[in-house]
Amino acid sequence: MLSKYEKELIASIWERLTPVAKDIGSEALSRMFATFPGTKTYFSHLDISLRSPHLLAHGKKIVLALVEGSKDISSLTTTLAPLQTLHAYQLRIDPTNFKLFSHCMLVTLACNMGDRFTPVAHAAMDKYLSAFAAVLAEKYR
Amino acid sequence: MVEWTDFERSTIQDIFSKIDYAVVGPLALSRCLIVYPWTQRYFGKFGNLYNAAAIMGNPMVAAHGLTVLRGLERAVKNMDDIKNTYFELSVLHSEKLHVDPDNFRLLADCLTIVLAGQLGTAFTPAIQAAFQKFLAVVVNSLGRQYQ
Repeated sequence: MLSKYEKELIASIWERLTPVAKDIGSEALSRMFATFPGTKTYFSHLDISLRSPHLLAHGKKIVLALVEGSKDISSLTTTLAPLQTLHAYQLRIDPTNFKLFSHCMLVTLACNMGDRFTPVAHAAMDKYLSAFAAVLAEKYR
Repeated sequence: MVEWTDFERSTIQDIFSKIDYAVVGPLALSRCLIVYPWTQRYFGKFGNLYNAAAIMGNPMVAAHGLTVLRGLERAVKNMDDIKNTYFELSVLHSEKLHVDPDNFRLLADCLTIVLAGQLGTAFTPAIQAAFQKFLAVVVNSLGRQYQ
């Protein structure tokens, strides 16, 4: 459950990160590949070395989707409908991996925001990422 | 037996030599109680945990955070036998404290995030991976004696 305050906090964090979407996104992915090597199996078709063009582009895509979702969190299912279809029928990423990515995104935010990533911001963001992941997996079965 | 690379060993020793246990421990535990409020179930005797500010200012939480970090140091000093180092603590958490072992992972995640906040860009993906591998071994060892 996200309060009005938390929704605004989440939206403002993502808005501020939009200009550095590719940096935040690729960093989170790199952290995930290093910490959870099994996740690399979904990326055999890309060059996922640190800050590669593929990784920067892919990271940017992911963060921009997170930004978009944050603008109206109560309408996540509508906003993410095309991504739901993509993940369910084409990508078919095992949903456990969403948790792993979310954790690495939280670590990325902590590294880049320092003290501003307060426990309250952390809790709100964790809830948002969980809700986002749940919506992404909705069409799986 | 867990295999540690030289990089992993030196990373763990380096991190723990740099951090202030009395700061990081309380930050990690209070963050866990705030982000995962159901973990408060184990701290009924700790007084006021009513909101984030209360948790962060609670002296019993702070004291326990320090205790946890001191406990972690035992694994840092015995990286080649973490399993046996935590034998008694595992029994304690299972038989006496009745803590669901999933909670160890939640606290470990919060500790990782607190460390990330402190070290900033110095907390590289490779260092994060080493640190999380260490915590995974700790968490596993703490859960081993549950029956």
